[in-house]
Amino acid sequence: MSLSSTLHRLWSFPGGIKLDGNKSLSNHQAITTAQLAKQLIIPLSQHIGHPAEAIVSVGDKVLKGQVIGYANGPVSAPVHASGSGIVTAIEERLIPHPSGLSALCVIIDTDGYEKWIECTPLIGNSVGTSAGTNEASAQTLSSLSSAQINEQIANAGIVGLGGALYPSAAKLRTAKKMHTDTLIINAAECEPYITCDDVLMRRRPEEVILGILLIKKVVGAKKCLIGIEDNKPEAYQALLTAISGYEIPNTEAQIEVISVPARYPAGGEKQLIQVLTGREVPSQGLPMDIGIICHNVTTAVAIYHAVYRGEPLISRIVTITGGAIRQPQNMEVPLGTPIRDILNQAGLDEDKIEKIIMGGPMMGFSLPSIDTPVTKATNCILVSEKDELATPPPAMPCIRCARCSDSCPMSLLPQQMYWYAKARDLEKVQDYNIFDCIECGCCSYACPSNIPLVQYFRYAKTEIWDDERERNKANIARDRHEFRLERLEKAKAAKAEAARLRKEKLAKKKALDAEKAKNEENSSEIESSSSKNKSSDNTDLIQEAIARAKAKKAQQQSQKKNTDNLSAAQQKKIDEVNKRRQKRAGTEKLQP
Amino acid sequence: MLAGILAFVALATFFGLVLGLAAVVFKVESSPVIDQIDALLPQTQCGQCSFAGCRPYAEAIAAGEAQINLCPPGGENLVQSLADLLDVEVIPLGDNDDDLFQGPIVAVIIEDTCIGCTLCIQACPVDAILGAAKQMHTVIESECTGCELCVPPCPVDCIEMIPVKQTLKNWRWPVPQYSVNNKQAETIFTTLKHVLAENT
Repeated sequence: MSLSSTLHRLWSFPGGIKLDGNKSLSNHQAITTAQLAKQLIIPLSQHIGHPAEAIVSVGDKVLKGQVIGYANGPVSAPVHASGSGIVTAIEERLIPHPSGLSALCVIIDTDGYEKWIECTPLIGNSVGTSAGTNEASAQTLSSLSSAQINEQIANAGIVGLGGALYPSAAKLRTAKKMHTDTLIINAAECEPYITCDDVLMRRRPEEVILGILLIKKVVGAKKCLIGIEDNKPEAYQALLTAISGYEIPNTEAQIEVISVPARYPAGGEKQLIQVLTGREVPSQGLPMDIGIICHNVTTAVAIYHAVYRGEPLISRIVTITGGAIRQPQNMEVPLGTPIRDILNQAGLDEDKIEKIIMGGPMMGFSLPSIDTPVTKATNCILVSEKDELATPPPAMPCIRCARCSDSCPMSLLPQQMYWYAKARDLEKVQDYNIFDCIECGCCSYACPSNIPLVQYFRYAKTEIWDDERERNKANIARDRHEFRLERLEKAKAAKAEAARLRKEKLAKKKALDAEKAKNEENSSEIESSSSKNKSSDNTDLIQEAIARAKAKKAQQQSQKKNTDNLSAAQQKKIDEVNKRRQKRAGTEKLQP
Repeated sequence: MLAGILAFVALATFFGLVLGLAAVVFKVESSPVIDQIDALLPQTQCGQCSFAGCRPYAEAIAAGEAQINLCPPGGENLVQSLADLLDVEVIPLGDNDDDLFQGPIVAVIIEDTCIGCTLCIQACPVDAILGAAKQMHTVIESECTGCELCVPPCPVDCIEMIPVKQTLKNWRWPVPQYSVNNKQAETIFTTLKHVLAENT
C-alpha cells in the first residue's frame, strides 16, 4: 500500500475563526470507564428519522446488547440495551435536547452481571478479541460482500457519531448506489474542549483504520483521506504508525492521513471536503453529489466493533471537561447512563458550576437537566466555571460592519438573513440560502454588537419547517373538505333522484291500475256474457275462502298462548283477571 | 426616403406579428386571485370569519366584500401575507381578545361520556371524526383542524379542545431575546459622547 502523508495539496474554506482549543484539559489521560449506573434511561429516538419501536415490555429481562427497539422505516436505527437487567418502565423521560422536552425511553434497572447477548462477528481476527464471541461464522474482509457488512452495520444501530446522527447504513447504501469514489474521514474535531476523537485515535488507532477499511469496502471508494487538525500531532502520528504497521488486505487501498490547519470550523463536513479536495458541495446538496462520502472517526470505530466483534452501538466516548470538573477526562460511557453519574465520577465541583453544556461551546446547547441520559449524540459535557465562557452582553443594534459575512464559512450574508429572520420574512430569508447555514456560530462570535445571529437562523429554520407543515396540513384539510362537500352534494342528488324515481313508479303504477281496472271491467263484461257458470264458480270459491279465513281467525282467538301446564294458582289468577275484565266491560257499556 | 419608410413598415409588421404570435402561444394562465387567497388561508373551515368555510371567505375577500383580518387561526402572519398578495394596508387582527388565536388545538372526545349520537360527525367539516350510531366516536387527531364546530352540537358535552402536544418533531426554537438593556445603552451613549467631546 502506498503512503503519502505529507505531500498533499490543501485548499482553504472562506471565513472561519481562530479559537482557543482548550483541549489539553482532557486529551492526555487514558480513556476511563464509567461505573455501571443503577438505572439506564435509553431514548428510542437517538437518530435522525423515525424513532425506534420498543419490542420489550415492562418486566422483561434483557441482556447487554439485546435489541430493545427495532428500526422503524428505511431511515431509522435500532436501539440496544446497554446493560443487562430488567425493564422497569417504558415512559416519557427528559432527554438531552435544547427544547427541554421529554421523549419515549426504555428504563432498565441494571442487575450488575453485565451478561452479554451472544455476539456474531463477521470477521474473527480482531485486535484484542473480547471473550465470548462466536467466531465460527467469521470470515475475512475480502470474502465479505458490501451488503453483508452494511446489514451488520444497520443491525448494530450505528448512526453518524460526529453529530449528524444520520443512520450510517442508509447513508452507505445511498453512497454505494451513487458510485462514490472518495471517502473522507472527519477527524478534525475543530470545536474547543472536545477531545473524544483525539483520544480515540491516540489510544485505538488500529480500530480506526480497520473501521475505515470496512467503510471503504461497503462504499467501494477508491481513495480515502483522513482529515485531522494540526493541533493533534499525537493522534496524527498514531494513525500513521497504525497504517504502516498494518498489512492491509486490499492492495488498492490507499489511505492518506492529512493534517489540516486548525481553524474553526474545519471539522464541518463541507469545509473539510473543501480543504482536502478543493471541491465545494453544491448549495443544499450532499457530498455524494460530487462523489464524496464523509464519516466521522468515532463512527468508523463503531463499525469496526459491529463487524469484528459483533457488538452493537451501546457505548461511546464522552469528553467530560470544563473548569468545574476536577478531573477532566474522556470516559467510555454506556448509552443511557445519567449525565449526573458521569459528572460525579469525574469530580463535579458543585460550587463552581456556571453552565452545563452538551457539545462544545460553539455549537452545543445548555442541558435542561443533568438527570438526562448520555445518548449516541453526546460527545462532550462541558461544565464551565464562572468567566470561563464569555456570557454575551445584551445585544446592540446591527451596525452593518459585515464581520459576520467575513467569518461565514459558507459565504452567506448573515446580516441580511438576520434582518429578514427578525421580521419573520421567511421567503426572503430563504432567498438568502438560510438552509446552507451550518449553524457553526462564527457570525455570532464575530459580531461586535453581540447579536445572537445563529439563534435567529435556528429560529427561522424551525419557523420555515413549521410553516411547511402547516401548509401541508391545510392542503389535506382543503382536500378533505372539498371531498366532503362533493360527497354531501352527491348524497343529496342521489336522494332527489330516488324520490323522483319513486314518484315516477307510483304514477306508472296508478296508470297501470287504472288500465287494469278498465280491462277487468271489460273482461268481466265479456266473461259475464260468455260464461256465467265460470263466474258463479268463482264467487263460490271466494265465499269458501272467506269462510275458511273466518274459521281460522276464530280458532286463533280462542287459542290462548302460554296457557298449557298452568299451575292452580296461575289458573286462579287468570280467572280473576277474566272476571274483572268482564265486569269492566259491563260497566263500560253502562257508562256511555 | 421611400425605402426608409418601407423598411420601417416591414420591420414593424414583422415584430408585430412575432409579438402577436408570442402573446397567443406563450400565454400565461395566471391562477385566479381566489385560488391564491384560498391557498393562504389555514383551511380550518371553522367559520369564525362568519363565512361558511375558507373558500367562501376567499371568494368574499376577492369580491371586496370582506376584510382581510377576520381569520383568527391564520393570525397576524396571514393578515400580513394577504396584505402582501392584495397590495392593501395591514389591519390589526380582530377587535377583542377572544379572537386571538391561542395556538393550535385539536378536539378530543371523552369516550366514557360519548353516547354515539353522530351529531359531531355531521358537523365536522373535514370528516375527521370516526364512529357510527350508538358506537363510540373518536377524533382522528392528525386530520383535526381544531375548528371547534363539533363542540356545540354534542348533547352530552363530551368534546374537549386541547392544545396540540409539543413533540420533538414540531418543536420550534424560540425567538431570540433581542433587548438592548436601557441602562447599558445609556452608559454606552454617555461614553461615546465623552469620547466625541474629547476628540473635538
